[in-house]
Parts: sequence; C-alpha cells; structure tokens
Amino acid sequence: MLLIACPWCGPRDETEFVNGGEAHIDRPTPAESVSDADWAAYLFFHDNPRGWLAERWVHAFGCRQWFNVERDTVTHEIRRVWRLGEPRA
Amino acid sequence: MERYSAWRLFREALNGHRGWTPAWRSPSPKRRYDAVIIGGGGHGLATAYYLAKNHGMTNVAVVERGWLGGGNTGRNTTIVRSNYYHRESARLYDFSVRLYESLSRELNYNVMFSQRGVITLAHSRHDLEVVARWAGAAQLHGVDAEMVSVDEIKRRIPLLDTSPSARFPVWGGLMQRRGGTARHDAVAWGYARAASRLGVDIIQNCEVTGFSRNERGRVVGVETSLGPIAAGVVGLAVAGHSTVLADLAGFRLPVTSYALQAFVSEPLKPVMDTVMLSLATGAYISQSDKGGLVIGGGLDLYPSYAQRGNLPTAQRVIGALADQMPALGRVRLLRQWAGIVDVVPDSSPILGETPVEGLFINCGWGTGGFKAIPAGGTLLAHHLATGEPHPLAEPFGLRRFATGALIDEAAASGIAH
Ligand SMILES: Cc1cc2nc3c(=O)[nH]c(=O)nc-3n(C[C@H](O)[C@H](O)[C@H](O)COP(=O)(O)OP(=O)(O)OC[C@H]3O[C@@H](n4cnc5c(N)ncnc54)[C@H](O)[C@@H]3O)c2cc1C
Ligand SMILES: [Zn+2]
Repeated sequence: MLLIACPWCGPRDETEFVNGGEAHIDRPTPAESVSDADWAAYLFFHDNPRGWLAERWVHAFGCRQWFNVERDTVTHEIRRVWRLGEPRA
Repeated sequence: MERYSAWRLFREALNGHRGWTPAWRSPSPKRRYDAVIIGGGGHGLATAYYLAKNHGMTNVAVVERGWLGGGNTGRNTTIVRSNYYHRESARLYDFSVRLYESLSRELNYNVMFSQRGVITLAHSRHDLEVVARWAGAAQLHGVDAEMVSVDEIKRRIPLLDTSPSARFPVWGGLMQRRGGTARHDAVAWGYARAASRLGVDIIQNCEVTGFSRNERGRVVGVETSLGPIAAGVVGLAVAGHSTVLADLAGFRLPVTSYALQAFVSEPLKPVMDTVMLSLATGAYISQSDKGGLVIGGGLDLYPSYAQRGNLPTAQRVIGALADQMPALGRVRLLRQWAGIVDVVPDSSPILGETPVEGLFINCGWGTGGFKAIPAGGTLLAHHLATGEPHPLAEPFGLRRFATGALIDEAAASGIAH
C-alpha cells in the first residue's frame, strides 16, 4: 500500500488517489498544423521506464487536486512530490 | 528426441521413470542465427516453432533472460476464448482457438486444452444489452457465442448467488462453449520441445542488453549477457518489458506496464466445471484439474514492473468474489502472484514492423494474450520469414496509432483475459 503525500492534504492511502499517467506532457499546438505522428506521440506514446517515472496523480477522494510525483516503478518508492506548474527538476 | 505416448509412459513406469531425457536441448549460443527471438514466453517459443515448421527456418534461437514461461505465460489464469467484438480481433483469436483445438497432437505434448465453456455474467439491464450486442457481433464474425438465461447459469454455476437479493444480481449472460482453459506451462514447454526438436536453440538465463546495428541503422544482432549474437532478423516478444527493449533499440511504443494479479485456493472437490467472468466486478474464476480455484480480476492501479501486486486490488477482487459466491467465504488461498502486462490504449496487440529495420514485434496482449499464443507465434513467424505481414496481423500494426484505425476492444467488450 502506498502512502502518497498530497501537497494539500498530507500523506494519505493510495486508495484515495487515481494515477493520471506521465507528467509534463505538452499538448502540441497549433492544432491545425500538428502532424498525425506528433498527435499520436502526444496521445499514446509515453514514457514507461523500469525505474524512476515522473507521473501525475489526482487526489480523487480528497481535495481533488492534481499534482506530480516521481516514483520508482519497481520498488514503488516515491522520492518527490511537486505541484502542477512547478518545474520538473 | 523420443515421442511421448501412453505406451512410453507405461514402459517408463515399469522402469521407475529413470529413462526420461530432457525435453529440449540447452546449447550455448552460436555466433550467428538467421533469426533471434527475444523472450521465452509462449509467443516467443511459438514464433520459433512456426519459423521452423511453417517456413523451414531452423537456424533460429530463442533467448530468455530467466526461465521458459517465467513471465506472464507461467503466471496467467489460462482462459482461452475468441468471442471478441471487432471483426479483426474475432478472426485473430478464433484462428488461435482453432490451433489450440489440435495443439496437443501437433506438439506431441498434452497442453490439457479443456473446452469447458466461458460464461460472462450480466448484472443489470445495461450489462445485458452490452452482452447481447457482443454476442451478435461474435456470431456475425462466425464465432460461437450465445445468450444464456439465469436458469442455465444457475445450473452451470451452482456456487453463484443468483437470488434477487444478491449483491450482484444476475440478469443473464453470454457463453462461448468452445472457450475454456489450457495448462500454461505445458504450452511453453510443448512449443520449446517441439521447436528444439526441429533444430531451434533454446537459450535460458541470457538477457538481451542491447542491439547491434549496421551503418544504415538496421539491426544485425543482439548484445546479451552471454555475449553478442548476430541475427538475420530479430523478433521481440517480451510482453511487459517491451518498452524497456524498445528504449534500447531507440523507438517508442504506446505500451504501459501494469501488474496483474492472480490467486489460487487450496484444492477443493469439483465445484465448478466452467469458467465464469463477471462484468460488474471484473473478477473471474475457474477450477483447475488439481482442484484449486484459479481467480483473477482487474489490473493494479498504477504502472509497475514489480511482480507482486498490491493489497487494495487483491481485496477488491477477492471481496467481489466472496460476495458473488458466498459459499467460498472460508476457502483459504494458497498463493498470490502478479505478472507485468503490456497494456495498449485500444487493448489490442501490436504486431509487425517497428521503426527499426530488421526488428519485428509481438506485444500489447496485455491481460489476454495466453489464448493468442498459437496465433501470435504463427503471425510473427510469417512476418520474419516472408518480410510481409500475415493478413490476420495487418490491422494490428504500430501505425494504427497515427492513422487512427484503432481496434478498441476495451471499449467494445469491456473485459479482458
Ligand atoms: C495474472 C495474469 C493472468 C492472466 N490471465 C490470462 C488469461 O486468463 N487468458 C489469457 O489469454 N491471457 C491471460 N494473461 C495474459 C497472458 O499471460 C500474456 O498476454 C501472455 O502470456 C504473454 O505471453 P508472452 O510470451 O508475450 O510474454 P511472457 O510470457 O511474459 O514472456 C516474455 C519473456 O520475455 C523475457 N524477457 C524480458 N526481457 C528480456 C530481455 N531483456 N532479454 C531476454 N528475455 C527477456 C521474460 O523473462 C519473459 O519470460 C494473464 C496475465 C497475468 C499476469
Ligand atoms: Zn489532497
């Protein structure tokens, strides 16, 4: 069971959260001139490393805020939590 | 290599079973093969077998970093069915079920394919409509699928609470009679033995750590923990580790790795002679020939490469089943485990070319690729040997994510395995 430190509510059980996939993905613009390949990359082709992954979570059964987490996909250790809009590193 | 038969078993029994020899050879890798297959799960081993059998390519190696079937093939709950919603999928999976029907004879290895039927339960008017649409689609594709009444379900699954006050009331269901289960290890071992017999080298404890490329960028071999191996073509069949290998080869895949758990109970007397899947809870159950109840459910909730599985998901699956089959409430579980499955946005496999020349892929089966092993092997072998996709594989190419021609089985049938 993970204990995830919501930046607003503090540490809570994983069952209160929903995982939202890779963090810091920028939607390509302008929409009219985005190629099919770039659009597919944005929608579908995401990082899936064996190791450290920057990902988004939402505190769905709490404050309902989104935030970023860096988590190891093998040990599940979380080493960093930061708010949306804050830089990655 | 000797043939297996009832007579052979009898003779060995008289001899105290001292005469059996290893089922496959375990040679050291040669310096070069015409084809190298990465991953000794069912799909990799079947690919090697069909390369030799269908295409006469016998200078072939399968390299596996652990032991054969140690990935998802040896961890899965062995449900085999082909009642998929979209035509492309129904054709693909039904081709596989037909190969399963003759597989024990084909491989001279008992894979214990048991067509005990698969019943999918509908728990609401809405579920029933979904299931009716699904049955209709399967029938249009020529796949057997029929609606079953609550009475019939009650008769086939006496354990199930079908009373009006049930926590998950049963409104009816969908049954594929040709569906069922097979023995997972036997599928891996049977293909390994039959491939080895045709000359394929099966190399375990050999991890692929990189790819060697020529000046044009074409893959011409693999780097392994046992040294470099040159290859005419390379096939990749590593399921949950597909993006790890794709990162090494320098291309991207729309694959996310999740843990999928399963459970087996202590052995019980026969209590269930079919497979049950529940649309409302995602839980499913069958009984093995040893008597263990084999139980599975939905994915763990976030990406993972840890082959353990998390407690909240375990509780959800087991709890749902205890609600649906209250008589099992006191049954003890013997084991729990997880495999890392390769989930794709449209829940359909990715088959064929990669952006890297000389490297071909079979992945994206996610929670449901055991049933597809004979087909997956046939199709990847076809592509490796002929350079062209097999017609059944063509719709499942990687390019569908850019063209938009997704084959969305997740949305269509809502349930995996
Ligand atoms: C709990 C669970 C239940 C399931 N239930 C069902 C079911 O009921 N019905 C169904 O149809 N499907 C089911 N599945 C899915 C099914 O198990 C898989 O889709 C299928 O087994 C995939 O086979 P594969 O050969 O592609 O992969 P695997 O069997 O995982 O084989 C891949 C192999 O690649 C090896 N490998 C990885 N990296 C490297 C490397 N760098 N070098 C060399 N080798 C490497 C791994 O060690 C592994 O042995 C289930 C899966 C799980 C986990
Ligand atoms: Zn919060």
